Amino acid sequence: MQAQTRLSWGWLQRLADFFPVFIAVLLAVITSAILLIALEADPFTAFSEMLGGAFGTENAFAETLVKSVPIMFVAIGITIAFRGGVVNIGGEGQMIAGALLGAAVTLGLGESVGWLVIPLALIAAFIGGGLYGAIAGFLKAYFDVNEILSTIMLNQVAVQLMNYLLNGPMLDPESAGMNHIPKTARIAEIAELPRLVIGFGDNALFDRTRLHWGLIIAIVLAVISYILLWRTVIGFRIRAVGQNERASRYAGFRVKQQIVLSMFLSGGMAGLGGAVQVLGLQYRLQTDGSPAGFTGSAGFNGIVAALFGGLNPLGAVPASVLFGGLLVGAQKMQRELGVPAAMITAINGIIVIFVVSSQIFIQRRMQRRAKLEIAAVEKNKFEDTAQETG
Amino acid sequence: MGQGMALQFKHLHMNGIVKQFPGVLACDHVDFDVQAGEIHALLGENGAGKSTLMKILYGLYRHDEGEILLNDEPLNASSPTDTIARGVGMIHQHFMLVPSLTVVENIALGLREEPADASFISRLRSRSVLDLGRIRKKLVELSETYNLRVNPDSPIWQLSVGEQQRVEILRALYKGSELLILDEPTAVLTPQEVDDLFLILRQMADDGRGLIFISHKLHEVINLTHRITVLRDGCRVGSIATQDATKEILAEMMVGRPVVFQYDQDAAKRGPVRLSMQNVESVSDRGTPGLSGVSMEVHAGEIVGVAGVSGNGQKELAEVIAGLRVATAGSVTALDKDITNAEPAKIKSLGISYIPEERMVDGIIKDFSVAENYILRDCTTQHYAANGLFMRFNKIKDACEEAIRAYAIKTPHTSTKIKSLSGGNIQKLVLARELSSDPQIIIASQPTRGVDIGAIEYIHHRLLEERDNGKAILLISEDLDEVLLLADRILVIYEGQFVGEVDRDDVVIEEIGKMMAGSAQHEMA
Ligand SMILES: Nc1ncnc2c1ncn2[C@@H]1O[C@H](COP(=O)(O)OP(=O)(O)OP(=O)(O)O)[C@@H](O)[C@H]1O
Ligand SMILES: [Mg+2]
Repeated sequence: MQAQTRLSWGWLQRLADFFPVFIAVLLAVITSAILLIALEADPFTAFSEMLGGAFGTENAFAETLVKSVPIMFVAIGITIAFRGGVVNIGGEGQMIAGALLGAAVTLGLGESVGWLVIPLALIAAFIGGGLYGAIAGFLKAYFDVNEILSTIMLNQVAVQLMNYLLNGPMLDPESAGMNHIPKTARIAEIAELPRLVIGFGDNALFDRTRLHWGLIIAIVLAVISYILLWRTVIGFRIRAVGQNERASRYAGFRVKQQIVLSMFLSGGMAGLGGAVQVLGLQYRLQTDGSPAGFTGSAGFNGIVAALFGGLNPLGAVPASVLFGGLLVGAQKMQRELGVPAAMITAINGIIVIFVVSSQIFIQRRMQRRAKLEIAAVEKNKFEDTAQETG
Repeated sequence: MGQGMALQFKHLHMNGIVKQFPGVLACDHVDFDVQAGEIHALLGENGAGKSTLMKILYGLYRHDEGEILLNDEPLNASSPTDTIARGVGMIHQHFMLVPSLTVVENIALGLREEPADASFISRLRSRSVLDLGRIRKKLVELSETYNLRVNPDSPIWQLSVGEQQRVEILRALYKGSELLILDEPTAVLTPQEVDDLFLILRQMADDGRGLIFISHKLHEVINLTHRITVLRDGCRVGSIATQDATKEILAEMMVGRPVVFQYDQDAAKRGPVRLSMQNVESVSDRGTPGLSGVSMEVHAGEIVGVAGVSGNGQKELAEVIAGLRVATAGSVTALDKDITNAEPAKIKSLGISYIPEERMVDGIIKDFSVAENYILRDCTTQHYAANGLFMRFNKIKDACEEAIRAYAIKTPHTSTKIKSLSGGNIQKLVLARELSSDPQIIIASQPTRGVDIGAIEYIHHRLLEERDNGKAILLISEDLDEVLLLADRILVIYEGQFVGEVDRDDVVIEEIGKMMAGSAQHEMA
């Protein structure tokens, strides 16, 4: 009898922990369905189109992956910042900063250094995004400026800076003077990231798709970031500061520098994501002048993907792919059903809102529980593990 | 207070309680009982299972086997809500207060007022509205009745540890607990406060309540309680009526071997000055003066003890030296270098160790493992990190296991999260870490708070050993006995100033007591 009550406890506990996410997805689907019905579209067709559009065919899957690459970079970066106790909402701005510097280096070097231009551009992008992130870290560490506010404002600054540069100094000379879109010249062919093809011959996977090596770079970085966070002293200190600033300070860590460092690494990852868009996909830096014109909101979606991935760089990879699928699938659905394009943004927004609030809900619930009876939480956790082991 | 109050509590029986944690059998068929009007002490080494047994009683943990009977009826609690409703109260070893809320608000947390009548409206009202004013009034009455002084409107974070303890006691009193569990309530109190508390506890027992009292201080247990039960490694060793108990008997029951309470101590071989402070001033968390002009010196090879009532500047003193609090005036010099307001990192690298008073906040990172916490201060050394970068998990594990053996720290594994260790074991780990780096200066703040007698003996020996090795030690302790036992020189602190200095050989306890209470201040100046 005793054992039974314990069993049901553990189950309840686990269910309750996942419940909010399920509920969130369910509510998001229902809300979207209501919107679709209001537009006189059949929600069932809509969602099956969405699923098929994201993962149904080789090309669809490739597009999903293409979309997920920048999200992945940002998500890895966000993970580092969050682990370090810094809430980085500046993925957009850091992506742009990285892309600008990366594009400048690529265009400046042209063909002069051969393929070496790729690593050089990526390093520049990392530094660019990193420094841009470090600004917010610096303001937080030394002037106690809330990083959420500063990173959001820096996003705006980056967009305007990009608009200025792409309409002026960095504008493609060929399209100057005309009714141009803001964009740079095309990068040299040698600077392009190669397309990613898995296998050989006719059966090769992703042959003739837009998928590029950015995906591999992102996965490698996820592994490196994982090692950094959990196998090195640098990550040890970042996580320590994120968990308990006082104990870290007293242990002799320079807490302020750690905060700047985690924002630098975080921004650097996002910056790489921006440069990879330039080198792997667009072959130039271009925007439509709107805030998400270049990034496609990857800087924001990366935050959700990071949370989805359990604030673990390795988890960020599949989480980003899921998120990319959502974006691509929604596009397909919109085309097939002929609902307004704004519908995609709406559905994405709905899902993000529900999932993020479910995360907040989980956190709140845990905090509340912790506050009431810290020990009770431990008890449940240990009973769960006790069940698993014994 | 209690007169006219009809108490329900008659007796409590816990029979054959078993609790298994991963890797630890915390309670192994334990029997335990409390009668109305009785103060029953629970004794045992760190990790013996005292807190676990009490958390089971309070409904925080669920036992694997055994039964709990309250007034002969099963107490099948699934959470403290149930046990509180049956009149069980608990004061935890680690406080469960919300730092940003005030004292009144903390007391109000989870309270529900009795509806004035049975109508729907008044029931709804009592469920949704809390009359803070009324709670405040009752709280003030209660704190006056029991002489538990605390400002009802200060936020918790501004209170000293001792004051927070008082709030916890007030909260339990407020809820009208009839069976009250006190898990190391005196660990943070001053001798005077302990006496006050004992008056209250005796009064509560006379009212017919049952009290369970956990402490590592044997003289308190002998002084206060009626009966003593000893646990060791999760098993009940036995029970004994307090009038038949002596310190020696109890110690041997707990540890399984005789324990020494007095040390033969060579005279200090004083070396050069290692640490000195000149007219240091600082501000407390509350914004009031924390230190107002403190000067002192600690030489190599001596232990300087700081005695005083909690909240008189001890915390500020330690934190200023460790670089964790700003000195608004004056200077601090260590090893001939000026360290006034230096970075903690720099202070640490000079060879200064700090055993913090609030180990749960300052000493450890709760969600890190035991091993990670052990290397917290030395994580960059070549020994633990190849090229100062890649962590050497094997070396870390080995070193941590060695410390676990040396200090007899009870933990299932080095990878266990430190927050699941018992309080005393956490303290031992912090101490092990701080002494492992061979520091020249040791600032020890309440180093044996919550630690069992076996471990106290060990920690004291370690501190004396460090002293004999020529280390300069500043021992800040609210346990006057400890200061008297270890210190070569005693400084008495009162309201942020040193009001007296006494040499080991000239100690008159009454004099020190007076100085601690502030009455000797004028003679001194
Ligand atoms: N939540 C938990 N999960 C796993 N192990 C635990 C947990 N709580 C306690 N333990 C283990 O159970 C044993 C008993 O711990 P407990 O806290 O009851 O000791 P204690 O007698 O109160 O010691 P102390 O005097 O140090 O407070 C210890 O070995 C401890 O590590
Ligand atoms: Mg305990």
